[in-house]
Amino acid sequence: MSHYESPIRETLILGDKSYLDVSNDIAAPIEGKANRLWWIVFTIALVAFLWGLGAIIYTIGTGIGVWGLNNKINWAWDITNFVWWVGIGHAGTLISAVLLLFRQKWRMGINRSAEAMTIFAVVQAGLFPIIHMGRVWNAPWVLPIPNQFGSLWTNFNSPLLWDVFAISTYLSVSLVFWWTGLLPDFAMIRDRATKPFQKKIYGLLSFGWSGRAKDWQRFEEVSLVLAGLATPLVLSVHTIVSFDFATSVIPGWHSTVYPPYFVAGAVFSGFAMVQTLLIVMRKVSNLEAYITRDHIENMNKVILVTGGIVATAYLSEFFVGWYSGSSYEDFTYLSIGAATGPYWWAFWALILCNSVFPQLLWIKKLRRSFIFSFFMSIIINIGMWFERFDIIVINLSRGHLPSTWTQFSPTFVDISIYLGTIGFFFVLFLLYARTFPVVAQAEVKSILKSSGSQYKKEVAKQEDREYRAQGSN
Amino acid sequence: MSNKIIQAIFDDDDVLVAAVKKVRESGNHIEEVFTPFPVHGLDKAMGLKDTRLAITAFIYGVIGISFAVWMMNFMMIDDWAQNIGGKPSFSYAENMPSFVPIMFEMTVFFAAHLMVITFYMRSKIWPFQEASNPDPRTTSHLFMMEVDAGDNADAVSSLLKKVGATELKVVDKH
Repeated sequence: MSHYESPIRETLILGDKSYLDVSNDIAAPIEGKANRLWWIVFTIALVAFLWGLGAIIYTIGTGIGVWGLNNKINWAWDITNFVWWVGIGHAGTLISAVLLLFRQKWRMGINRSAEAMTIFAVVQAGLFPIIHMGRVWNAPWVLPIPNQFGSLWTNFNSPLLWDVFAISTYLSVSLVFWWTGLLPDFAMIRDRATKPFQKKIYGLLSFGWSGRAKDWQRFEEVSLVLAGLATPLVLSVHTIVSFDFATSVIPGWHSTVYPPYFVAGAVFSGFAMVQTLLIVMRKVSNLEAYITRDHIENMNKVILVTGGIVATAYLSEFFVGWYSGSSYEDFTYLSIGAATGPYWWAFWALILCNSVFPQLLWIKKLRRSFIFSFFMSIIINIGMWFERFDIIVINLSRGHLPSTWTQFSPTFVDISIYLGTIGFFFVLFLLYARTFPVVAQAEVKSILKSSGSQYKKEVAKQEDREYRAQGSN
Repeated sequence: MSNKIIQAIFDDDDVLVAAVKKVRESGNHIEEVFTPFPVHGLDKAMGLKDTRLAITAFIYGVIGISFAVWMMNFMMIDDWAQNIGGKPSFSYAENMPSFVPIMFEMTVFFAAHLMVITFYMRSKIWPFQEASNPDPRTTSHLFMMEVDAGDNADAVSSLLKKVGATELKVVDKH
């Protein structure tokens, strides 16, 4: 039996599904019409996006003086949002690559949407460093291309340039990984489309995928090797983002724990965003059979582990800062000075949202609850935004020279651009949910016989019979 | 040799793999198999050779890291050395630690993209390529085996029926 799997392993596909049922379920949101709720949410997201776009145009036209930055706090919401979005963009590749290497079959219900979320989040992240340049038309200067200055090359010693390479490699490799996985699913939609226009579009998107045995053999090999490449890549991206801070000499930033701690934080926030999106999507797109309570619980377990790593990093940062006895370390973002100073609210938002509330997930009943998981994911998203805000703004607000001590207050432009990226993200995700196969149906079909509920029951019955037969001998 | 092939439709992957083995044992030639999802063991049953794409990925990765080393050495050391934070600007080896991130990223970039491009070229999948699966249901829930009809189409047909084909169709070779 090629599909044998122990019946006590979790059931990943509920209901008595056949291969055709899987195709029908995944194609349904694409072939059906959008409901009212979709249009309402889409309109809100679109308005937010356009508003943010206006704020970006205003920023570029006038200069970044329209933001709340000042002499001391010269990075604030922009880089906070950048790191927040990149962090969110880590879950997709983690789910599709790392869980593939570990042969975790539960990834198959969620990997497509998680990867989509990754790509859309990294697009938002990429916007911030570019508009922070002020003169965005000079953005190509970050690329090592011959130029009219001599040539004066880019500085490969700079963590900011490492970021350029890391983020663009990550975005492009994630996109290719995602699209290659999409080809068979686009082909499925293409071959069942009845409208000629739809058939043409999906024919174009599917690159003429026909499902030959040799193609599948190559497809599986490519997926495995891409997973092997994407795993160190995803770890490297947030490592390099953390270098932006860790290689500097600012108290609170200059810290060797940053790379692993940032990666854990990225996975923590990325899984939270996956929960936020998928708990809603499984209901709206009728995917309850594919994204089950077990999937949500598994993701909550990952959140609990990475949240634990993050909390440990907070403790070590706090301890090392305190143990150094340096007065400069008493106003870093994890210190008694921060907890009681003018940014006490940001400090406590971080501690409560990231380290205290998520501990409730130890309770099995809560981590298997959809409603609770949804609210917890929102709390973690807020907490992880504050983590980056605290690292950047609290650390910059107090320097070595007390006369420079200051605070940051965002202008309406800062707020508008942030809301605009959230709007843009949801515009992309909502369009995706209506036009793309949101579950990797080809992969799900390949595990249907080992993890589908009716097959599980049959195997259990069969084994039971065999056991009884042995007992009577 | 005739120029006819028989297209046999199957509705179950386990039946398909068993059928592929039997058809090959009986000495018939399988032209192609179309499936809606990766069927494990099918390539072995068909006698397909292992793909060498993983080896190409390794080669592309080596090219990527070599290119990164050459590029940074040319730009930062040879062409226009600069004193940046007192870092050694005259020796690639001594400045190497701060070049590691980009050496790594370029390795991954080259290996991933060139491997995928090689895959697309070898399997002939790219934008505006027409799909070539004869039956549209084989991307959704059915499986198709194309068998050379040989001299005796009826014998092959009855064999295919016996091993579990649900539909048969005789077509000209394409």
